[in-house]
Amino acid sequence: MFYIHCPYCQEHREEEEFHPRGEAHLMRPTDPDNATDEEWGDYLFFRQNPRGIHHELWVHSVGCRKFFNITRNTVTYEILETYRMGEQPSITAETEKLRKEQGVQTADGGWQTIGAQPDSRALNEETSS
Amino acid sequence: MSNVSAKQFNTVPAGNPAVESPLHWSYQQQKSTPSANAGVVLREKALLGHVVLRGGAIVMDEAVRQVLGMSLPAKPNTVTRDEAGERSIQWISPDEWLVIVPGGEECDLERRLREALGDAHVSIVNVSGGQTVLTLAGENAREVLMKTVAFDVHPQAFPVGKGVTTVFAKATVVLRRASETEWELVVRRSFADYCYRWLLDASKEYGIDTQ
Repeated sequence: MFYIHCPYCQEHREEEEFHPRGEAHLMRPTDPDNATDEEWGDYLFFRQNPRGIHHELWVHSVGCRKFFNITRNTVTYEILETYRMGEQPSITAETEKLRKEQGVQTADGGWQTIGAQPDSRALNEETSS
Repeated sequence: MSNVSAKQFNTVPAGNPAVESPLHWSYQQQKSTPSANAGVVLREKALLGHVVLRGGAIVMDEAVRQVLGMSLPAKPNTVTRDEAGERSIQWISPDEWLVIVPGGEECDLERRLREALGDAHVSIVNVSGGQTVLTLAGENAREVLMKTVAFDVHPQAFPVGKGVTTVFAKATVVLRRASETEWELVVRRSFADYCYRWLLDASKEYGIDTQ
């Protein structure tokens, strides 16, 4: 179960009160009349499904009934931040990568858990083709 | 379009016809014998006036001060009440408030609010027929809530004056703490019987006193 901080109610609530609504920050084609089929297809159907940091749209359906965004790690399920509609995330895949390069241990991307044993490294390593 | 010209439906027609609370049928069905040392006291505050206000906080606050003499709750998840405790305004969402007044006042309140708000972009809906208020008191009231709602009802997390919308036995409820000993549940009309029977069942082990 998640314990989610609603940015509008300004407190943590049970996951039971919320509903996930898919990927956040989807932009409708700015000129719908002249958008190509590919642009429409991308907007309507194609989603990122990343391994690691993901920005999601959630709604506090039993509560204030407001939509807001969550930055979540799809590997560890850790919720890194929640922020209101119209705001930009302060944690993105890029900032997390930077933290890793600077030697901060975070559980994202290739690692199943923090402190995984070296012999399981091969299992955890992403296959680079 | 001006707000003042909006059509209003008076839910309390002239001639004082008989009215029934949403739990009228439930009372007929569930005859409970009051136990001697009831740990839970369940009452209904039937037929109150419920009004939902939506709009900008600043405009709404000004109008509500003028009409009700109370200000809107400043913080999320709080309830403000007048001195008598009869009228209350609850924060529901950043642009939504639930006003509960004694029954019969709601139409007049709606009209006066529309006059005060003029052309402001707001919505005022009288939902009196759609929900009812149950009160839960007694020394085991908190235990009953603990096994019913997902929200933390410990006094530290839920002080007097707080009010939240939360999951109540898979239905939704507006839960408010009216005083140290009393909890208020605003339930939907269509869920009233279900919630009432749930409370009867959940309170069985402590003994329940209904009206």
